[in-house]
Amino acid sequence: MTNQKPFIDIRHAQKSFGSLNVLRDISLQVQRGQIVAIIGPSGSGKSTLLRAINDLDPLTGGEVWLEDKQINKSLPHRQYEQHINEVRQEIGMVFQHFNLFPHLKVRENVTMAPKMLKGLSDAEANALAEEQLTKVGMIERIDYYPSQLSGGQKQRVAIARALAMKPKVMLFDEATSALDPELVEEVNLVMKKLAEEHMTMIIVTHEMGFAESVCDRVLFMDQGVVVEEGPPEVIFRNPKNERTRNFLRKHLAGQKG
Amino acid sequence: MGLDFSVIPKYLDIVLIGALWTIAITVGAAVVSFFGGILLAVIALYAPAVVRWPFRVFSFLFMGTPLLLQLFLIYFGLVQIGIDVPAFVAGVVGLGLHFAVYNSELFQTSILAVDKGQVEAARTLGLSRMQALRKVVVPQAIRDVIPPIGNNMIALLKDSALVSVIGVSELTLSAQRAIGSTYRPFEFYVLVAVLYYIINLVMETVLRHVERRIQVSR
Repeated sequence: MTNQKPFIDIRHAQKSFGSLNVLRDISLQVQRGQIVAIIGPSGSGKSTLLRAINDLDPLTGGEVWLEDKQINKSLPHRQYEQHINEVRQEIGMVFQHFNLFPHLKVRENVTMAPKMLKGLSDAEANALAEEQLTKVGMIERIDYYPSQLSGGQKQRVAIARALAMKPKVMLFDEATSALDPELVEEVNLVMKKLAEEHMTMIIVTHEMGFAESVCDRVLFMDQGVVVEEGPPEVIFRNPKNERTRNFLRKHLAGQKG
Repeated sequence: MGLDFSVIPKYLDIVLIGALWTIAITVGAAVVSFFGGILLAVIALYAPAVVRWPFRVFSFLFMGTPLLLQLFLIYFGLVQIGIDVPAFVAGVVGLGLHFAVYNSELFQTSILAVDKGQVEAARTLGLSRMQALRKVVVPQAIRDVIPPIGNNMIALLKDSALVSVIGVSELTLSAQRAIGSTYRPFEFYVLVAVLYYIINLVMETVLRHVERRIQVSR
């Protein structure tokens, strides 16, 4: 990784709900093409941090930048709406519970946003949907409704839906946490494929094995701060911080049980 | 005097034309009540207070007063302020708005029941609030509300008989006209009851078909 200007730059992020501080002064720089995993116990603020990147959960302090654009700008309502809708087109997001649109077929789930926001014709949008669904291995199910798919299939469609907007960054919010264990691998494979294509990704996950094999960097968060960060081999094999060690030990014990 | 159903064939055409008018009023008012209901629900949930309050008063008036009175007001009352509506239009609008208010309550509940993750997913793709509402939330709310709306539509069919009081020759009024010439109320009211029942059955069949069709999109 070259030492260029960060692609995503989170500066002194703070988030509080009343007296509860969910994020306490977190800074994170991600380079283009880098893959960062955020791990930590539930309630550590890792999802909040991820959701702050596209301003889904606005910060109460600090700044988020994508290249030379500040995402969480304070603007008059109307201008802000326009600004954030443009920014969000460049940031794909995948949710724990898929959030596919159940009233639309797989094809329309993928084509809706490109047609509405980029003015693609039906033919262009269909070609795009076919391309993205082929990539995630879901082309055979293009005319199914989400209710007719397994969890792993739903999540792969959700990834295709996000990719169809040609985002510069992909955010994964516990993308495999709601899946039955036997369905996790098919989603992980798609994410690995994206990694091989040098997609910039930030991944909140409980899958330590996956994080270790795919990510360039791992952040361990607890109680709203980054406790430790570094390359996966250090964080997983030789963590320096006591809290990190405790967390990983408990987590591994839980996975075996 | 015994019953004599043999008078019916002579007046059957009048009654059947009445049935067609009933169907026309019901369909027209159903469309008004459906789209009006969505509009009222979106206004009630999302419009700024200056817009919301007049509509709330309007809803209260339509819910809190008799439908019969509303029809009188639209047909006989509006003429006085220079708005002369044909009886059929008055009937469709009156019935339609009356049921729009009831449908609006159903739509509001179902809009609020759509999972928050749906809006989040739409917004993260870059859709605006309105686009997310239009393409993601409202279609799902409509889908979820079809069964109870169907019940309202059947109530609407039955209440369409009230439109007879402003002189639309729908099913009930045409029966009364036939009775006026034959003095056979029992025979014609039974005939009309059967016809209402048949229309009702057709509506229920269509609704059940629609419900089955949308089942897969949940």
